[in-house]
Amino acid sequence: MATVKFDEATRIYPGSDEPAVNKLNIDVADGEFLVLVGPSGCGKSTSLRMLAGLEEVNAGKIWIGDRDVTDLSPKDRDVAMVFQNYALYPHMSVADNMGFALKIAGVDKSEIRKRVEEAANILDLTEYLERKPKALSGGQRQRVAMGRAIVRSPQVFLMDEPLSNLDAKLRVQTRTQIASLQRRLGVTTVYVTHDQVEAMTMGDRIALLKDGLLQQCATPREMYDRPANLFVAGFIGSPAMNLVAVPAGPDGAKFGTHNVPLPREHAGSGGSHVVVGVRPEDVEVTTNPDGLELTVDVIEELGADAYVYGTPADANIVLEGGDDNLAKPFIARVDGRNVPKKGSNIFVYPKGEHLHVFDRETGLRL
Amino acid sequence: MALELTAARHDPALLDLPWRTPLEEWPEEILAALPRGISRHVVRFVRLSGGVLAVKEIKDDIARREYDMLRNLARLHLPAVEAFAVVSGRVDKDGEPLDACLVTRHLQFSLPYRALYSQSLRKGTATRLIDALAVLLVRLHLTGFWWGDVSLSNTLFRRDAGAFSAYLVDAETGELRDRLSRGQREHDLEIARVNIAGELMDLDAGGLLQEERDPVEVSERILTRYHDLWGALTSEEVVDDSERWRVDDRIRRLNKLGFDVDELEITTDIDGTSIRLQPKVVDAGHHSRRLLRLTGLDVRENQARRLLNDLEVFSASTGRQGEDEEIVAHDWLANVYEPVVRGVPRALVAKLEPAEVFHEVLEHRWYLAERAQHDIPITEALEDYIENVLPSKPDERAVVGVDTEELPVLADEGRR
Repeated sequence: MATVKFDEATRIYPGSDEPAVNKLNIDVADGEFLVLVGPSGCGKSTSLRMLAGLEEVNAGKIWIGDRDVTDLSPKDRDVAMVFQNYALYPHMSVADNMGFALKIAGVDKSEIRKRVEEAANILDLTEYLERKPKALSGGQRQRVAMGRAIVRSPQVFLMDEPLSNLDAKLRVQTRTQIASLQRRLGVTTVYVTHDQVEAMTMGDRIALLKDGLLQQCATPREMYDRPANLFVAGFIGSPAMNLVAVPAGPDGAKFGTHNVPLPREHAGSGGSHVVVGVRPEDVEVTTNPDGLELTVDVIEELGADAYVYGTPADANIVLEGGDDNLAKPFIARVDGRNVPKKGSNIFVYPKGEHLHVFDRETGLRL
Repeated sequence: MALELTAARHDPALLDLPWRTPLEEWPEEILAALPRGISRHVVRFVRLSGGVLAVKEIKDDIARREYDMLRNLARLHLPAVEAFAVVSGRVDKDGEPLDACLVTRHLQFSLPYRALYSQSLRKGTATRLIDALAVLLVRLHLTGFWWGDVSLSNTLFRRDAGAFSAYLVDAETGELRDRLSRGQREHDLEIARVNIAGELMDLDAGGLLQEERDPVEVSERILTRYHDLWGALTSEEVVDDSERWRVDDRIRRLNKLGFDVDELEITTDIDGTSIRLQPKVVDAGHHSRRLLRLTGLDVRENQARRLLNDLEVFSASTGRQGEDEEIVAHDWLANVYEPVVRGVPRALVAKLEPAEVFHEVLEHRWYLAERAQHDIPITEALEDYIENVLPSKPDERAVVGVDTEELPVLADEGRR
């Protein structure tokens, strides 16, 4: 087991001016589960492949433990790409299906047996070891595939969108299995996904990338509670955070009729704007004229809760993060038994402590 | 939801297939009895408009990606199965959505490695399959294609004058780049080696491997064959200025391996005493292109080599070496090749492709001649071959029924 370090690691594809990964710095602790997440083209897969040795590093270094692996070939790095190969061999026992790669690597028989038994124990496959894969359920077959990587006992597991070709139900099942398995094994793991829900539920920490640049690397809780910039605020959380550009005055930001206090150094002198971010569950909804006035467009009932989708009554107020053709609605979570009527007007303002304020120019958290 | 069809050439009959039924439950009467190999997805073969199609059920985005990738490989003239269509927007009878289907055309006279192992095999089949796969992998890598799941199962093989040539079947994990790094190539090779060893061990466990050799040892051949070929095709060579004939020599060596050199980089050092040469663009199919130009026959590389050799013999034995090549080739075609190929009775044409039959007849003639200790005319060899050899061979045009194993990974408690 080992730490992993991206040290100013940079990848520029031939023929491109912009780096695909730009001076990436991440320290992954021994035994940690780190998720690289971001929209397509952000550089997450490239980063993982640089670590695997599949992508050249043009500048900077990559370390596994105290070894500089920047120029080592993939097979000399002691990392395992998990789920690379799902194929199960029908004539071979489950034990042989798990251990055959060790045989190729020249590991002796008793050692193979020992490692296969350990892995089977962790994966709850002990009683199936002598059976053929046909006798297993779908989920058990998946675990055999995991077992194949485990028996190699690498220093680092690498997973590149391992769930992307599974159906929704199996995706959730496998997600839970991978996360709990990783915790039991304690093997340092770097996992790539484009799905923020996957990232939030699986990672000890999340590294969010955009355009090759690391936006923030933190625990899921911190990413959620203290997003470092507007991009992180909009990416993490579902439904996404409401981001509203409002004027900043000497005593705070004007959120409709509601005054949002700002730290003194950020209070504006009129004319300047800040972006106020508030998550759907941190919204106070009232019929009193206090806050930002919304017209209710859609109610999404979820049972205990409901989501209210509204449009600001003042057409000058536009939410950040919408695309060109479609204005982004303001979303508020309300008690499912106390839901405003569609078409009615309501007022919303942020609940005290769960407020996020960003510089409109730089996008940085204030 | 409406059924959505993306296809290069539209075949209305495609719409008649039961798209509202999960692929696993398609009625037997529309299925062609073809081996399915091992697959993590459900795959079926159907007969349609006189041909055979392979249908694979996968997620929409992956189906589209693989369809585009196969089309790109075809554009680059790389040996791969032909993408036929993507069918998406499927729903079952209860209106529940079904996964999309990628449809590819079955490659005529191709054989999955498992089907080969269900026949009684010539010695060394495993190594010949691996040799063919090494050539395929080198060609893909030269073009910048990273496969990601190299295996015998993801490859189809066609007979090629006693050897095999290999075709890519599954491009699901593949990526096209401008150029591959050494790490990417080595990674593909490592995947290949592990998969081949696993596949051979599986055959061994199933009692299908008739050879005594250790699967691990056999699998290592992919590494040496790949590296040898890669080196021959791409390595830089420094020769003395006085040995300029070595430039020609290098080109000839590559031709022998079946490659044409489209671009050769030649640089001299400052004092002009030595020359560096390195092939920059090479193109497979040296012999088959030459044969195509001379005779119009479109066959595989080793078959072409074999046919060209026979043409050479014809030219020498008729004393026409000085004549225009194309005229001699035309006569050889009319007087030697075509009579053999046309001599195969209709009932036997699904056994082997014409060029492979010709190769076998030549082999058979040699065998008869050795036994008789004198030359045998080709017509006589053909008669004996048709009577005693060809009928016992299996039909390979659309290869049929070996044991099929399918181990798709699905959620527990039934699916969806």
